[in-house]
Amino acid sequence: MATIFTSRSWPARVVRFYIDGFRSMTVGRKLWLLIIIKLIIIFGILKLFFFPDLLATRYSDDRQRAAAVRSALIDRSR
Amino acid sequence: MDDLITVVDWSRWQFALTAMYHWLFVPLTLGLSVIVGIMETIYYRTRSQAWLSTTKFWMTLFGINFAIGVATGIILEFEFGTNWSNYSWFVGDIFGAPLAIEGLFAFFMESTFIAIMFFGWKKVSAGFHLAATWLTALGASISALWILVANAWMQYPVGMEFDPAQMRNVMDDFWAVALSPVAIHKFFHAVFDGWVLAGVFVCGVSAWLLMTGRRRPMALSSVKIGAWTGVVGMVLTMWTGDLSAVDVARVQPMKLAAMEGLYNGDKSQELVAFGLLRPGHERTSDEDPFLFKIGLPYGLSILANHDADSFVPGINDIIDGISVNAEGDTVSTVSYADRIVLGKKAHEALRAFDAALAAGDSMAMAKARAEIKESYPYFGYGYLSSVEQAVPPVGVTFYAFRVMVLAGGYLLLFLIVALWAAYRKASLWDNKAWQWIALLSIPVVYICSQAGWVTAEVGRQPWIIQDLMPTCAAISDIPAGSVILTFWIFAAVFTALLAAEVAIMVKQINKKEE
Repeated sequence: MATIFTSRSWPARVVRFYIDGFRSMTVGRKLWLLIIIKLIIIFGILKLFFFPDLLATRYSDDRQRAAAVRSALIDRSR
Repeated sequence: MDDLITVVDWSRWQFALTAMYHWLFVPLTLGLSVIVGIMETIYYRTRSQAWLSTTKFWMTLFGINFAIGVATGIILEFEFGTNWSNYSWFVGDIFGAPLAIEGLFAFFMESTFIAIMFFGWKKVSAGFHLAATWLTALGASISALWILVANAWMQYPVGMEFDPAQMRNVMDDFWAVALSPVAIHKFFHAVFDGWVLAGVFVCGVSAWLLMTGRRRPMALSSVKIGAWTGVVGMVLTMWTGDLSAVDVARVQPMKLAAMEGLYNGDKSQELVAFGLLRPGHERTSDEDPFLFKIGLPYGLSILANHDADSFVPGINDIIDGISVNAEGDTVSTVSYADRIVLGKKAHEALRAFDAALAAGDSMAMAKARAEIKESYPYFGYGYLSSVEQAVPPVGVTFYAFRVMVLAGGYLLLFLIVALWAAYRKASLWDNKAWQWIALLSIPVVYICSQAGWVTAEVGRQPWIIQDLMPTCAAISDIPAGSVILTFWIFAAVFTALLAAEVAIMVKQINKKEE
């Protein structure tokens, strides 16, 4: 790893740029903590337990999904 | 059926909550990025350390707002997949393509250049840094473009053909979708609204700094940029708002009628500047729908058609099939009662298509497909059982529009005085009362911005896709309890996040100058 960070290659300089940037943050640290908490809530709890993609989870291919939506939209019009 | 209505209502409330919460952050990002760009440009040209410090101060507030707002929009996409799965499938790639472009191009562009903005002060040249700041502003606006293209398509569906086999609308003209006048006007209206919001925000925060005796030179410099951006933004917002009003008159006349509480249209129609609607008014009643109103003669005819003598249809006229075409001429169209019949005919054809598909009868499928195509413009009306269901909530639409316009009028006046005082009467900025006015204008501009969205979105009800799909057809088959639960989870999480943002931002604003 050390060779990556001490080398002068362009990707390594980009990585160094971000590492130095994050290290020098002041108010940004609190923001990152908030962002991480938020992302955990959004993806780790809400998406996982409360917001499944219904058609993707209930049906295995697009033909079945189309049939399910067609059936739902026909039923709703009755 | 009761459960379906509950799911629809709670899902709508949930979507409104998440969209309005998301919209708290977006306009400030759009506008503050431009203001920071202007400030840094002044620094770049003058190399003044005062402007460098000013740029960094507002850039930090921009960063806080961006960080808290980031990913709040993704929740809307979750809701499409869970609560609105029928809709999500039905729109197909028309909705997916703009959102994918937004995700892949604009968001990454924004994120990359934001890193240079915040981490690059001593790492890249001043010119490169300035370019990164402006590219962040550009990236934010491009992000907004694709979201608003998707939203505009829901209000004015164009550039597609419905395929009953795929059960989707298939995009056949990308440019018709991307360059629809509704999309373009909506985009610029929203972006310039962001300039106004950020301009007022800068003036308000600067007033607070002056009130508390902090960063005085910076605050007095900032109000000039804030007020200029706000005034220019307001003029452009009013212009694009006028263009949007003409669009609404052409493609969503029912929304315009609801915005005005107009039941029976007329030529040389007045615009209601202020009014109180009669509670419980029925559309067929002979009673005046207003308890009280102040009207501007010819105002609505000018707003809708740019012609003082023109006819503007009311709710009853539109239901009876009288409307205005793309050229602004009054025309007879299909009445809503007939649209319901045609919509049900399209559904019958879809039912026949489904049976033919199951039987593998390609001739019957072709016949049904042709029948669907014939009545497809009224497909959504087939889900309505009465014409009344096609009328949006008049009260909310009417009052939200008035809140937006009245708040906008106040903000124009405020920004003009703020600009004048910044250059000609700086002592006004030391006046306590004025400082409070400036500070309290911040919630006013947020209310104005949110009221605009309420007008646009409530006014298009019951349609999730104009004329093609009402919310009652778009909703997924899910239990009401889970929607109610997630609504309250969102409300709690969002309130906590908002409190955290305000606390971090206030702390940063009150931080002593280094």
